[in-house]
Amino acid sequence: MQGFIHSFESFGSVDGPGVRFVVFMQGCAMRCRYCHNPDSWKMRAGEAHDTDEVVQKALRYRLYWGDEGGVTVSGGEALLQLDFVTELFEKLKAEGVNTCLDTAAGPYRENPEWLAKFDRLMRATDLVMLDLKEMDSKAHRDLTGIGNEGILACARRIDSLGVKMWIRRVLVPGLTDREDELRALGDFVRSLSNVTRFEVLPYHSLGIYKWEKLGLPYTLKDAEPPTEEQVARAYEISGLPRS
Amino acid sequence: MREQWRGFRGTHWLDDVNVRDFIQNNYTAYDGDESFLEGPTEATDTLWGQLQKLQHEERAKGGVLDMETEVVSGITAYGPGYIGDDTKELEKVVGLQTDKPLKRAFMPYGGIKMAEEACTTYGYTPNPKFHKIFTEYHKTHNQGVYDAYTPEMRMARKNKIITGLPDTYGRGRIVGDYRRVALYGIDYLVAKKKEDLANCGCGVMTDDIIRQREELADQIRALGQMKEMAASYGFDISEPAKDAREAVQWLYFGYLAAIKTQNGAAMSVGRVSTFLDIYITRDLKEGTLTEKEAQELIDHLVMKLRMVKFARIPSYNQLFSGDPVWATLEVAGLGQDGRHMVTRNDFRFLHTLENMGPAPEPNLTVLYSKRLPAAFKKYAAKISVVSSSIQYENDDVMRPIWGDDYSICCCVSATQTGKEMQFFGARANLAKALLYAINGGVDEKTGMQVGPMLRPITSEYLDYKELLQRYDLMLEWLAGLYVNVLNLIQYMHDKYYYEAAEMALIDTDVRRTFATGIAGFSHVIDSLSAVKYAKVKVIRNEQGIATDFETEGDFPRYGNDDDRADEIGVKLLKTFLTKIKKHHTYRDSEPTTSILTITSNVVYGKATGSMPDGRKAGEPLSPGANPSYGAEKSGLLASLNSVAKMPYEYALDGISNTQTISPDALGHSEGERAQNLVNVLDGYFVQGAHHLNVNVFGTEKLIDAMEHPEKPEYANFTIRVSGYAVKFIDLTREQQLDVIKRTCHKTM
Repeated sequence: MQGFIHSFESFGSVDGPGVRFVVFMQGCAMRCRYCHNPDSWKMRAGEAHDTDEVVQKALRYRLYWGDEGGVTVSGGEALLQLDFVTELFEKLKAEGVNTCLDTAAGPYRENPEWLAKFDRLMRATDLVMLDLKEMDSKAHRDLTGIGNEGILACARRIDSLGVKMWIRRVLVPGLTDREDELRALGDFVRSLSNVTRFEVLPYHSLGIYKWEKLGLPYTLKDAEPPTEEQVARAYEISGLPRS
Repeated sequence: MREQWRGFRGTHWLDDVNVRDFIQNNYTAYDGDESFLEGPTEATDTLWGQLQKLQHEERAKGGVLDMETEVVSGITAYGPGYIGDDTKELEKVVGLQTDKPLKRAFMPYGGIKMAEEACTTYGYTPNPKFHKIFTEYHKTHNQGVYDAYTPEMRMARKNKIITGLPDTYGRGRIVGDYRRVALYGIDYLVAKKKEDLANCGCGVMTDDIIRQREELADQIRALGQMKEMAASYGFDISEPAKDAREAVQWLYFGYLAAIKTQNGAAMSVGRVSTFLDIYITRDLKEGTLTEKEAQELIDHLVMKLRMVKFARIPSYNQLFSGDPVWATLEVAGLGQDGRHMVTRNDFRFLHTLENMGPAPEPNLTVLYSKRLPAAFKKYAAKISVVSSSIQYENDDVMRPIWGDDYSICCCVSATQTGKEMQFFGARANLAKALLYAINGGVDEKTGMQVGPMLRPITSEYLDYKELLQRYDLMLEWLAGLYVNVLNLIQYMHDKYYYEAAEMALIDTDVRRTFATGIAGFSHVIDSLSAVKYAKVKVIRNEQGIATDFETEGDFPRYGNDDDRADEIGVKLLKTFLTKIKKHHTYRDSEPTTSILTITSNVVYGKATGSMPDGRKAGEPLSPGANPSYGAEKSGLLASLNSVAKMPYEYALDGISNTQTISPDALGHSEGERAQNLVNVLDGYFVQGAHHLNVNVFGTEKLIDAMEHPEKPEYANFTIRVSGYAVKFIDLTREQQLDVIKRTCHKTM
């Protein structure tokens, strides 16, 4: 099966446990205002690659993975190409490779056919890194273009399937650091039983040039990366431990 | 057994000079972590504080604190010298190159003109009598070389197709086995050398026997002078060292003799860590030394190694920027019997980078294997992340060739300690040679006919087959000329600037290697790949010389784990070494080659025209075996995989690779960064790669340091460049820009 892929990174070391080969899938329906890869939004763009080809590419780096590392599929939004990622992960599992799905869960659907497919993917997934961008659905829509009901449902589904999860939050001062919201985030994460790590990812502006290149208006021009104190504060308010 | 050897085991080393046997029989492997380490003592802080002040003054004075103008350097040229007169008692390891700290000696035997120029460049005037002595009464190495050079050699040198040659500076790269001074004492070493002299030849005086006898006499004289020099500091080194402090001191006196007499480009210390640990362990057991004192000894030895200085001329500084001396020192590695050789002392040496902060010297080298203890690997990686001051070399590829007691004799090249010496021979510019192949041997910069007058390529578009054929002919010529230039240089160096002190601490029956080198490696690969996989149009000037190229279409580049490009590199390396090996080499030395350029990639690039890979005339070549700037499109590991494909067996002199990783891209926490770096090293070296320099910082820090060198946090900001480390602010601006331009692997 072929998938549309934005790019590969041979050395991902902040994309899951250990050193990882990262596959960035092409296509995303969310429109996060701080997105640092808007060039990965467009569907059916990028380069088409076969799962076998990706497996072979990834295995070139196996010697670097040690005990923890492996392959991470990120995006774009990986779940938009659910069938491709499932086939890829199943082939990787057959090779004994640790698999990690980095997703914002936007495409999550409650219909049985989709859920069956999703459950199958989860059986081949060792870790899900899930972005919880905003707990309030309306604010979530303002930030990303969609509400968050499906995303939270997805988190619960993954949790019920017993798949390990890392929850991540991009921290934009003045936008995603409201006290009550961070508290709600902490409460939600604590309600799940398979979350092994919570990470605050400091917002950075390194992707702005891509917006400009694509002729898209960037609406967070005044946003600053958080200070170390602001990051520490986010951990503290959410009540979630820093790893 | 001698009293000084109490408690030591073994047999062979007792009745023969055999330090390896001593180490294997007596070292204590350590599997634990760094928790036993001690911080600096008050004495260390005081002395290091003084030294930093002197270094600050040195920088303020334009790079040189003080210079000798009246005394020709030699083992016994000076009386004792100390860091400070009132802190003498604090120095656990004593001995300076001259009479004052950081004062540079006058060393005319390599070439009087250079020795004088080194002085005048910094505003010093050497006593004019030396000029007369070393031109009228005594010849120098440099004079000898120029007397014998052929016009073709001068032309090749002038046009920089062969470049960086040790004809204007000491060849260095000879590592005396300084441990011998500690283990045996001078008297035994003299007796052994006298035995060798008595048995040298059967009375028939052929050239080689005469030369050998004369050299042995020089060596014996040097050993005597070491004793005299040590005596001036109040130590009698005729007998073996009796404890750790003496072992460190005796060993250092041996090294000091070397750096008082030679200003070689590389003056390595060698594999001393595990050896010294044996003495420290014995003292700790006997209760005569504490861990705090043991660390202090190592700190003070390292402090001395941080103080080594030579008077250099501007053209040397352009080649080897940042005042390096390559006081290379190794830790870790595995033994032939399968035990790892990591000792507590290996931790202590790395710990000096915490106790006294980062520093470029000594050039700390970890002899790496995936099989080293996990705690040590993690500690080394941790120190790398915070200091960017360590390099890693693959013990698993070197051990089968050099055994388990080799040292690194310059930046990255291995040599069997006490058994071998190396003839260092700089580099041939293979990128320029490719342009010669296109231009029929005419230099693209000067228009001179330098190479053989082969038919130039005149077609509008380059044809791969035709280019390869011409290139092969040009390389054939270059290899022959290059080897012969080096034969001549090594002959004269032996004759006029013989390394008696180092050779006195090496077996008389020495094995010699003949090191050649390749510059412009990645640019040749990418250029050939461009011609093969894309269309390359030649732009010529009125004289018909190719001055630029227009490349249409995409082509695979070295550095992306793409076999199409990487195979070109493998073939290039094999072809070049094969051609080198066809020629006679001086004193039956074994020819080797390297892909390593130090910082000379900037100077070499300046002299090299535009290439088909898109590199413009005058731009720096990429350093060592590194892929070209901007060629790496698939991240760090893809780049490492490409370099790892180059077979070490064909480049026994070393394949250097320097990579910079942004801290954010290496992991979120200190622990994660160290572990991820260990994984990178494991994966790279397990494939047979040879060397890796690891820098951990972002480009922003480099730019800030370049713009604000006066900020205190940049005073000791150390970075790894091809094969050594430098203080970033000591690089020329050109080289700083070059470092900034190199790929920094980061994440988005």
